Amino acid sequence: MEVYLDNAATSAAFDEVTDLMVKVLKEDYGNPSSRHKKGLQAERYIKNAREVIARQIKVEPKEIYFTSGGTEANNTALIGAALANRRRGMHIITSSIEHASVLEPLSYLEEQGFSVTYLPVDEHGIVSLDALKDALCDDTILVSIMGVNNEVGAVEPIEDAAHIVKNFRENILFHVDAIQMYGKLPIYPSRIGIDLMSVSGHKLHGPKGSGFIYVKNKTKLKPLLLGGNQQEGMRSGTENVPAIAGLALASELTFKDYSEKYDAMCRLKQYFIEKVTKLDECYDHSGAAPHIISITFRGVRSEVMLHALEDKGIYVSSGSACSSNKPELSGTLKNMGLSVEDAESTIRFSLSRYTKASELDYTVEQIAALLPVLRRFTRR
Amino acid sequence: MEYNAFLIKYAEIGIKGKNRYLFEDALMRQIKYALSHVGKFTLTKEQGRIFVEAVNDFDYEDTVEALKRVFGISAICPVVMIDDCSWDSLAANVKEYVSHAYENTHFTFKVMVRRADKSYPKKSPEIAADLGAELLDAFPELKVDVHNPDVYLNVELRTKGYIYSLEISGPGGMPVGTNGKAMLLLSGGIDSPVAGYMISKRGVYLDAVYFHAPPYTSERAKEKVVELARLVSKYSGPIHLHIVNFTDIQMAIYEKCPHDELTIIMRRYMMRIAEYLAEKNGAQALITGESIGQVASQTMHSLVATNEVCNMPVFRPLIGFDKQEIVDISERINTYETSILPYEDCCTIFVAKHPVTKPNVNIIKKSETKLNDVIDELMKKALSSIETIRVEQ
Repeated sequence: MEVYLDNAATSAAFDEVTDLMVKVLKEDYGNPSSRHKKGLQAERYIKNAREVIARQIKVEPKEIYFTSGGTEANNTALIGAALANRRRGMHIITSSIEHASVLEPLSYLEEQGFSVTYLPVDEHGIVSLDALKDALCDDTILVSIMGVNNEVGAVEPIEDAAHIVKNFRENILFHVDAIQMYGKLPIYPSRIGIDLMSVSGHKLHGPKGSGFIYVKNKTKLKPLLLGGNQQEGMRSGTENVPAIAGLALASELTFKDYSEKYDAMCRLKQYFIEKVTKLDECYDHSGAAPHIISITFRGVRSEVMLHALEDKGIYVSSGSACSSNKPELSGTLKNMGLSVEDAESTIRFSLSRYTKASELDYTVEQIAALLPVLRRFTRR
Repeated sequence: MEYNAFLIKYAEIGIKGKNRYLFEDALMRQIKYALSHVGKFTLTKEQGRIFVEAVNDFDYEDTVEALKRVFGISAICPVVMIDDCSWDSLAANVKEYVSHAYENTHFTFKVMVRRADKSYPKKSPEIAADLGAELLDAFPELKVDVHNPDVYLNVELRTKGYIYSLEISGPGGMPVGTNGKAMLLLSGGIDSPVAGYMISKRGVYLDAVYFHAPPYTSERAKEKVVELARLVSKYSGPIHLHIVNFTDIQMAIYEKCPHDELTIIMRRYMMRIAEYLAEKNGAQALITGESIGQVASQTMHSLVATNEVCNMPVFRPLIGFDKQEIVDISERINTYETSILPYEDCCTIFVAKHPVTKPNVNIIKKSETKLNDVIDELMKKALSSIETIRVEQ
């Protein structure tokens, strides 16, 4: 039995999406900048994609710019906003549990002379709003807080945070990394005071190499990629038409039966947590997001559990997949106050709309069988 | 003007008496193998040298790179081959050769001529003198020095003409296949690929064994070892890599034996398995990347304790090397980048906090008796489930 429970890392593309992408690659392959009919045909896909996505998050189509994925969206938002607004101030605020594609651009900005405040989180991974209030100052130009944490699924209070930021001063830009949130929880950036928002396509059964950034009208951003001035100069480079078309369709399919799938995922998540925490010394740290489950299996290193489950056809992550390449500790778990041992023994299971109860039963069964074997063998 | 042949010089095998042809044949075979990935070439052997001629278009850089990895070669001379050896053509080509091969012609030279084609109208000393004069005319800054020249300009006249003067260093050593076969204990680290390279350089065929411990070591760790074997095989030729599932044996040791002795006992079982595999596959010795004192399991006492289980000789070419010296070689042979990929191998996961550094063989043997009721079964199982893959560049 193969059970894929690593959907927060990436997800299988919808069949409709791959079909459409093949059609675009083989038939409607024109360059959107070309003046002829073939170019126009390609341009229509982009226009349509922009409209579809704008409708879903209730913004204007011209506020959507396509990127090569979540990392580029976050980089563009943060570096672009900081460099375009540096005359107004040099202070940026973020949380201590952001994804590397937020933290690394910010550390780059620190090298460029900006100062960054990292807000603490509580034991559930929720960012402290009091700390946010304390951190805001005259020099602050940008605040970036993720919508859903990728390691434990904590849902951050972005609406309250936006309110605090905008009440302090209207022209401080507020960025949300919505990569784990988009398609899982409703979000309407323009209604709650978000100026910039990043989204990735492959987390919602769309293609890898696709993503977009929402940029509120009239927000000044310095583009990262310079060249042929595609997308109003915000993001030069020939548009990845098949990926953009695929992203829009994946997004459309996701929202079509959104509430039904949301409920089902929440139920499955609760079901799994209840079953797995009945096992000896297994602890749940999951946040409120419907698809991410974080469980500590005390006494079993996550690497070992991961490979043991892999052997049974079950695919999971230790901490966050993106940081699993580095053998350093998960930032989120550490910041939530977990001990080193517990953080090193934590596995992330992430569900999709296709996850079935029988798959979760099988997974719990296998874990129950593996735990005593693996625990015989802990580092002493 | 382009190089279209190579003259291969070899050093040590030139002195091997009546067995010389064995060494030369092995070198020919290894050159053929190395070049089979680059293009079509014909090889001819004559008087202590091998001529490699390109049959059709070839990539010069790739060819030199491939030749630089063939053990037994001491130097590679790129050669310009000409069809028309009439005097005018020869003189023109030699002049063109010099301007092509040297940007700066401020050097002393001597023309060396070999005339296999005895019907050629001029004799060798005369050709040398006349070519020298032509060159001095064409390049006034050149100087002749017949005793200690900077450049020996070689001209050979056979059915075709051959002009060469440059020498690119080869790797030295002996052609692989002239010195039997050995079994390399390959981990994912920096040392063992270097050890394999060094022994292979002495003409030894390599087989390798890797101890895999799923789920404690990942599929990526195994991939990494396969890649390391592939990098070594660029020098050694194809390697049969034997992958042993070591988990159960390791677990048994972990559960039954004292923890500070874990690594030593584990390594003793690895050596036993490696020796079994060596015998089964016609290898006469084992190779490890150990270096005295590098880690607890490589102190003198530990080496004695692991060595004790083997009847075969164990070659440890890095035994007197410092870590940095090993790193330098691994960078040169291009295994370093792969070796430092951060996947845990069984040696790094299953390690006690304070391992013994002066194990006593008798105590270790006594600890091993605790495995008596399970170990035969576990060894049988491990040895019957070995996966063998042929790895080559």
